[in-house]
Amino acid sequence: MPIGLESWSLARPEIFLAAATALLLLYGVLRGEVATAFISVATAVALLATAVLLFAPYREGTAFASLFIVDRLTTTMKALVLVGAAVTLLMSRAYFENAKAWRFEYPILVALATLGMMLMISANDLMALYVGLELQSLALYVVAAFQRDSIRSTEAGLKYFVLGSVASGMLLFGASLIYGYCGSTAFVQISKALLEGRGAEVGTIIGLVFVVAGLAFKISAVPFHMWTPDVYEGAPTPVTALFAVAPKIAAISLTVSVLMGPFKPLMHQWQQIIVVASILSMALGAFAALRQNNIKRLMAYSSIGNVGYVLLGLAAGSEKGVQSIVFYLAIYMVMTLGVFAVILMMKRKDVMVESISDLAGLGRTQPMMAFALLLFMFSLAGIPPLAGFWGKLYIFMAAIEARLFWPAVLGVLASVVASYYYLRIVKVMYFDEPAEPIDAPAFGVSRAVSFAAAILVTLFSFAPQPLSLIAEAAAKGLFR
Amino acid sequence: MSSWPILSLVTFLPLVGALFCMVVSGPKEAVDRNCRSAALITSLVVFVISLVLWARFDPTKASFQFEENVAWVPALKIGYHVGIDGISLFFVLLSTLLTPICILASWESIQMRVKEYMIAFLVLETFMVGMFCALDLALFYVFFEGVLIPMFLIIGVWGGKRRVYAAFKFFLYTLLGSVLMLLAIIAIYWQIGTTDLPTAMEKLNLPFQWQFWLWLAFFASFAVKVPMWPVHTWLPDAHVEAPTAGSVILAGVLLKMGGYGFIRFSIPLMPEASQYFAPLVFGLSVVAVIYTSLVALVQEDMKKLIAYSSVAHMGYVTIGTFVMNVQGVEGAIFQMLSHGIVSAALFLCVGVVYDRMHTREIAAYGGLVHRMPRYAFTFLFFTLASVGLPGLSGFIGEFLVLIGAFKVNTWVAFLAATGLILGAAYALWLYRKIVFGELTKDSLKAILDMDRREIVIFLPLVLLTIWMGVYPNSFLDPIAPSVDKLIGDFNAAIKLAHTASLR
Repeated sequence: MPIGLESWSLARPEIFLAAATALLLLYGVLRGEVATAFISVATAVALLATAVLLFAPYREGTAFASLFIVDRLTTTMKALVLVGAAVTLLMSRAYFENAKAWRFEYPILVALATLGMMLMISANDLMALYVGLELQSLALYVVAAFQRDSIRSTEAGLKYFVLGSVASGMLLFGASLIYGYCGSTAFVQISKALLEGRGAEVGTIIGLVFVVAGLAFKISAVPFHMWTPDVYEGAPTPVTALFAVAPKIAAISLTVSVLMGPFKPLMHQWQQIIVVASILSMALGAFAALRQNNIKRLMAYSSIGNVGYVLLGLAAGSEKGVQSIVFYLAIYMVMTLGVFAVILMMKRKDVMVESISDLAGLGRTQPMMAFALLLFMFSLAGIPPLAGFWGKLYIFMAAIEARLFWPAVLGVLASVVASYYYLRIVKVMYFDEPAEPIDAPAFGVSRAVSFAAAILVTLFSFAPQPLSLIAEAAAKGLFR
Repeated sequence: MSSWPILSLVTFLPLVGALFCMVVSGPKEAVDRNCRSAALITSLVVFVISLVLWARFDPTKASFQFEENVAWVPALKIGYHVGIDGISLFFVLLSTLLTPICILASWESIQMRVKEYMIAFLVLETFMVGMFCALDLALFYVFFEGVLIPMFLIIGVWGGKRRVYAAFKFFLYTLLGSVLMLLAIIAIYWQIGTTDLPTAMEKLNLPFQWQFWLWLAFFASFAVKVPMWPVHTWLPDAHVEAPTAGSVILAGVLLKMGGYGFIRFSIPLMPEASQYFAPLVFGLSVVAVIYTSLVALVQEDMKKLIAYSSVAHMGYVTIGTFVMNVQGVEGAIFQMLSHGIVSAALFLCVGVVYDRMHTREIAAYGGLVHRMPRYAFTFLFFTLASVGLPGLSGFIGEFLVLIGAFKVNTWVAFLAATGLILGAAYALWLYRKIVFGELTKDSLKAILDMDRREIVIFLPLVLLTIWMGVYPNSFLDPIAPSVDKLIGDFNAAIKLAHTASLR
């Protein structure tokens, strides 16, 4: 089948990003280390320009013989991923300069990873899915170990690589089983086979379980979460920020489009898995974080918990559920970026610190920074009127609609436990006596990001409507 | 009605003051002074505007007044719907009255982080007022739980020695209750497709099994807030550790959120379950009245004693609410208002001596009447009001509740009435220990009587207590139509359910 112009025009943003990355890579190779600053900013601009291209003009349809799909859901998710990646990239300079690891390969790798995420979000075929996923993962393995003279960073990269490969292997194995039983890797064909009753056999279900397991690893849902705390803690902080946002959103989007797309007919089968994974993630995210003293590790558990809530929305298996996921992810991204922006500002005498006790008395020594972190913590705990509450509300609305009463009850109870450790940070900042003061945050991207995120989180309650409309439109993409 | 969104003005004006405090800068003394004045002025203006509400309130109507209904999140059918009726009117006034008093009471006792303190109080006022005005379940929840943030900080930052423990206990206990209510709200939302309260009151017709679970979910939230025995244990800790003004707001307004919630939500939305569970509420309330009164008798800490007495007094409120007749419900509302003023004043009385001596040990005082006659009078006045002396506000509420209870169940009335005796015992015992006797302790020899600022704080409370006790009709008249409607709707719903079950 010849590939028409239509295909190219649908994949315009991806092609632009790939071309821009290639050019920047060439430039970097020619100019060497001096070009790092320029390349980093240029990459961020390219990412944002790609986000603009998604909507100007907006088109939808399938391309490349149905390997690639563009609709409202994929476009929205891509926009989130691109913004998340661009912002974390802009925030990373100070950290890497400080660590003497400011090299031009970093922005290039981030751009490649983002390209992989875009491909996996748009995947409409198990093969395309795998290619996108691997492009993303390979770039991220390197990025995790980017601070190569630090043992922790290298260890994080290696751990991520080994465990990630196992997950990819499982996913491939599952995909091959599904291919064997359904006769195709294309989502449309799989869906057709399942609807016609062909292929709804044990083999397909086993394949599906493997695929879900592989995806669960990527979104760090319990019981495939073990890598998360170590990698989050070990990786350079800007990379952790990236991990917490972009790949997570992309992988969740992928999980949604796989389960709600071709495997919708098997909902009764996968719903049980997702419900269990959701409850376990919420519970583990809440309980395991109680005793953490490293704030990056704490955020790792927090992200596991948050994935639990997202999975609860997915388990609802309804349009409302998908809406709630989009809504939740957008808010989660803003809160997480804000928290990491603050973490990136945690320096004492120009050395990065990352344990919670370092924050002691921050409310008095750096009131603005502490206040921003306080808002993010209450928001993550889901206390109204902050933005985080609305995300949880939406998720629980979807869960109750789908009559998932007990998972919802367990979910809110887990959120109470989780609020304890978010509050603990507030307590350390405001109730405890000041420790040696943290440096005054320098003017820079991190400060701007934390400020903007704090404003968004606080004022969100005044206008939740636009985001819910976006979520509503996005979910329609999947339900036509 | 006027085109001014007067309720929104009352709700959100404090935020303007908070914003001002946030941006003010300069040397510490100037900032502190400016923030204090800004907070006081803002809260006084808010109080005056809220008086306009009372003046323009039509006491003959049972429906909601000053309504504002704006689409907030149309995609989810959540509206910004506010309005007040006779039930909520005085709670709004109570909140707006106590806030300036609290700010005035903290004028000198709070020297650390004044700016943040004032911001916290103003934000708290917004949430409190908004909560009593909200006519949308989601909006109500936002305000109801939002209260936790400033209160957590007030206890945790400006509290006593065990403030961290108390702040966490307060926060987690109340959060645990309210998240279950959130699920119940969502369940109601899926039944009627909106979170609008008047629509829900009209349309919601849940089968009993649903009412059963939803009632329990709401109960979890409100019972913790009231607080009812046995989930009251957060209250003594929170009261003891909170700064004086924090205790005042806690006792004066926050506890009322539970009682108000029962009247506003549990009874109209889940009438059958409310009737079904009434004996449970009676049982817990009677235990609360008697048990916590006994506990209060052995306290060594003044604030703890008053905290336990709050639990006992709120026991009358829950009894009155669930006897489901006009006297009971009106009595419950009146008791809440009266307790809001009297217990707030008692905490302020403790604050007066605490500011001077920095101890709340009952044993550290004695014979204050010799040095502090004005204080002795004020303290006695509010002690008697709390005990229920006829002519003061406490009597009316308790009396109405007991009448209402007597109609329904004489045993409940009898047992609750024993609480009056115990209440008199511990309150008078406390008063005797602190104020009467010889002034023997050296530390007390130089203690000063109340100054002008303190008199200004107590004066409005004294006058109100007398007014409410002598002429309660000014308050009961606006309450009555709304309560009549509540009881009427309740009886109709029960009757309907009864005929349906016979058929």
